[in-house]
Amino acid sequence: MPEALRDETAARSLPDRRFFLRALGSGLLVVLTADENTAAQESGHHHRVDSEDLPQNVSAWLHIGPDGSITAYTGKAEVGQNIRTSLAQAVADELRCSPSAVNLVMADTARTPWDMGTFGSRTTPTMAPQLRKRASTARELLIGAAAQKWSVDGHGLSVANGCVKNPATGTTARFGELTSRIDWVKSVGQGGLVTSPAKWQVAGKSLAKVNAREIVSGKHRYTSDIERGAMLYGRVLRPPSFGAKLESLDAAAAQHMPGVAVIRDGDFAGVTAPDEHIAQKALESLKANWEENSGEPSVSARDVFAYLKQHPAEASDSWGHNSTARGSIKEGLQAAQKTLKATYTVDYIAHVPLEPRAAVAEWNGSGLTVWTGTQRPFGVRSELAQAFAIPEGQVRVIVPDTGGAYGGKHTGECAIEAARLAKAAGKPVKLIWTREEEFTWAYFRPGGLIEITSGASKDGVLTAWEFHNFNSGPSGIEAPYEVANQIIEYHPAKSPLRQGSYRGLAATANHFARESHMDEVAAALGMDPLEFRLKNLKNPRICAVLQAATDSFGWRKTEARHGHGFGLACGTEKGSYFACCAEISVSATREVRMERVVQAFECGAIVNPKHLENQVEGAIAMGIGGALFETIDFANRRILNPRLSSYRLPRFSDMPKIEIILLDRKDLPSAGAGETPIMGIAPAIGNAIYNAAGVRVRSMPMLPALAKA
Amino acid sequence: MEFVVNGKQLHVAADPDRPLLFVLRNQLGLTGAKYGCGEGQCGACTVLIDGVRQPSCITPARTVAGKHVTTIEGLADGDRLHPVQESFIECDAMQCGYCTAGMIMSSVALLHKNPAPSEPQIKEALEHNICRCGTYNRIVSAVQIASRRMMSGVKERRHA
Repeated sequence: MPEALRDETAARSLPDRRFFLRALGSGLLVVLTADENTAAQESGHHHRVDSEDLPQNVSAWLHIGPDGSITAYTGKAEVGQNIRTSLAQAVADELRCSPSAVNLVMADTARTPWDMGTFGSRTTPTMAPQLRKRASTARELLIGAAAQKWSVDGHGLSVANGCVKNPATGTTARFGELTSRIDWVKSVGQGGLVTSPAKWQVAGKSLAKVNAREIVSGKHRYTSDIERGAMLYGRVLRPPSFGAKLESLDAAAAQHMPGVAVIRDGDFAGVTAPDEHIAQKALESLKANWEENSGEPSVSARDVFAYLKQHPAEASDSWGHNSTARGSIKEGLQAAQKTLKATYTVDYIAHVPLEPRAAVAEWNGSGLTVWTGTQRPFGVRSELAQAFAIPEGQVRVIVPDTGGAYGGKHTGECAIEAARLAKAAGKPVKLIWTREEEFTWAYFRPGGLIEITSGASKDGVLTAWEFHNFNSGPSGIEAPYEVANQIIEYHPAKSPLRQGSYRGLAATANHFARESHMDEVAAALGMDPLEFRLKNLKNPRICAVLQAATDSFGWRKTEARHGHGFGLACGTEKGSYFACCAEISVSATREVRMERVVQAFECGAIVNPKHLENQVEGAIAMGIGGALFETIDFANRRILNPRLSSYRLPRFSDMPKIEIILLDRKDLPSAGAGETPIMGIAPAIGNAIYNAAGVRVRSMPMLPALAKA
Repeated sequence: MEFVVNGKQLHVAADPDRPLLFVLRNQLGLTGAKYGCGEGQCGACTVLIDGVRQPSCITPARTVAGKHVTTIEGLADGDRLHPVQESFIECDAMQCGYCTAGMIMSSVALLHKNPAPSEPQIKEALEHNICRCGTYNRIVSAVQIASRRMMSGVKERRHA
C-alpha cells in the first residue's frame, strides 16, 4: 500500500498534488471536493451527530493509472449488501467500461476518503452518484485529451472498453496513454454529470457479486481469517453480569501454560496464547472474584415494558425527541363512529451476524493497524485513538468485506480489546468474539412499547390518529395515511440493556404497530383491509406497490378458512416503498407455518435487479425471525439465552415461497434498499394470524403470545 | 496425528481434544471453514469427514485420525469449480458469504448421498446451516441446478 497515503491529511482535507503523486505514481486523479454532504440519520451509538462528524473536503476519489487501471476509493464497507458490485457498476457505467475493469478500494482509513459509516441505506443514494460524478469527469477529460491529440471536436468521439475512439477515422487511444496529456489532479464540486437511469448501460442490469468466486472457493479473507507473522490469539475475561467489578484474579494456572500471557488492567483481563485452543483453556483456568452491581433495580424481560414507560430519558442523543401534532385529536375522536385503543410491544433482539465481531491488531512503535469488521471504520479509528491517547493519524483501520452486520457493527470494542492485548503482548493479536460474547457484549435492537388511539368514520375515513412510541425509536413513526387530526410522539426511555442500530431501526416496530392497528380498525368497520388503506392513502408510490402486490397475490380471490389466512401491510421509509402480502397457516398447537409471501418493492431506478431481489428476499427471511420467535431473555443483569441453541433464528424450514415484484422507476433517483424491505413482513404475518385464527397478537415476537392466547 | 486433508496425507501435532476447526484454520491455513457458534448449531464450520458432513467446531482432532477430511478449498478441480460452487454463483445464493462454505459442503454431502433430492429433502438436509442474510430460497435453487447438471452427465470428481 502506498506509504504516502498513510498521512492523516488524506482523510481530512484536500491532499496536494505531490501527496497523490507520491502515493499513486501518475495518471489521472479526480477528487470530489464536497461543499455539502448528507448527514445520515443515525450514528449508531447514540452520540449527537455534530458538524465535526461530517465529511470535510474530500469524500470520493477516482484514479486512472498510466496502464489504464481504474480504481475508485470509498470509505463505505461491504457487509453483504453487495455495494462492491453496485458501486463498480456505477463507475463502469460512466467510464463506459466493464465493471470487472473497475477496482474498488473500500473502508481503509489510510487509503479511502473519510466516511461517516455504512448505514441508513445511504450508499446507493449518496455514494453512487458521487463516484459517478468523478467517473464522468474523468471520461470528459479523457475525451478532451483525445480531441486535442487528434485535433478534432470532442463531440464526435465515443468511449468504450477503456479507450476513446474517433468513429470517423477508426482511431483509438487507450485511457492510460491519454492520462499523460491531462493536468494530473482534477477536483470538482458537487456538480457534475451523471448518466440518467434511462441511459444506463452497465447499471440497471443484473450482475453477479464481483468477488463471488473467492467466496464460493473459501478464498476470501474475512477479518477472522487474517494472518499476521508471529500472531497470537486472544480471549477476554467477561464478568458474570453487566456492571460487575473485578475484585481479584488468580491467574497462576494460566501463567504456567506454554506461551500464555495474562493481562490485567483494572476490570479488564484477558489472555494471549500462540493457539486459539490454548487461549480458550487459559481463559477457563482463570479464577476471578467479581463484585456484582447491586445498585440499580434489576429489570427483566417480563417487566421491561412497564419500566420503559415509567423511566423517560432526556432526548439528548442523535435519535432525538420526535413529535408531530396536527388538528385536534379530541375533535377527531368525537367525529368518529368507531374508536379504538391498543398497545403493541416489540422485544429486544440481537443482530446475530454469522461472523461475530473480530479484530486483528498490530502495533508498530506507536502506530496501530487494526483489521476489523465494522460499518464505521473512521468511527472505530477515533475510538482507538481515544482509547490509547494517540493521534488518529497513527491509527489505521482496515475493513475486509465482512460477514454480516445489519446495523450491529457500528462500534469498536472488539478492536480496542485486540489492540490492548496486542500492546501488552508486543505481538499482533487476533480476537474473535465467541457467539456468547456477541450475544451479550454487543448491543441490541431496542425493545419498545407503542400505544395507538384512533378514530374512523363509518365509511372508513380516519379522523384521529394518536401514536406514542416508548424507547424503540422514531424511524418510520409518521403514518403515510391522510389524517386531519394527529399526535405522533417518540418518548426516549432509559433502556436496561445497551441498545443501538438494527436494520431498519424502529421502522419495523412502528410499522408493526401501525399496520396491525389499521387491520384492527378495518375489522371493526367490517371493511376489507386493502380497501380501508386505499381510502386513506394519497401517496401514488404506496398505492402502486399495494396494487402490484395484491394483484399478484390474488388478494380477496381466496377466502380464509379456519387455520389458514391472509394478511397485508404497506409503508414507506428511506425513500423506498413496499407492500407485503402473507399467507400462513396456524396449527391446532398454535404453530405458524409460513406458506407464501408476495412483496412489491419500489426504490426508484433499480441498479442491479437480481441483487435487489436478493436484498428484499433476505430482509423478509430475517424479518420472519423478529416477527415470530426472536427474543432476548434477560434478568439480573444477565442475558439468559446467549447461544444459538437457546435463541431461535430463521432456518430453511421457516421459509415460505417468496415472490418479489420490483417496480423500476427509471424516472426517479435510486434509493437504498438494504433496510426498508424488512418492515412489512411482521404486520403482514400478524394480520394473517388474525385472519386465520381470529386472534390478534400485538407483541413481537408473536409465537409466545399466540401460544398463550 | 495422521490424516488426509483435501487428498494430501498430513502429520499434525495437535491436542487430541483440539477442535478440528482450529487445526484446519490455525495450523493448516485452511480458513474457508468458519467459526459461527462453537456448538454445532450454525453449520458455518461444516467439512466432510469420509464424505459425511460434520460441524468441525465440535469435532475433536483425535476423531479424524486416519480419515479423509474435505474442506471448501478441496472442492474445485484446479481452476474448474465444483458444480455446486458454480450454481451458487449463478443463483447469487449468498450475500455476505460467511455461511457459504458450510452451505456448499452440506450441499455436496447431500448430493453425494441423494443425487436428485426434492425441495423438502434439500431444506431438511440444510436445516443445520444458518444464513443470517436470508438467501435460503436461492440456496435451494442452487442445489437443484447443481443436482440437474451433475445428473445430466457432468462428471463429478469423487471427493473424500
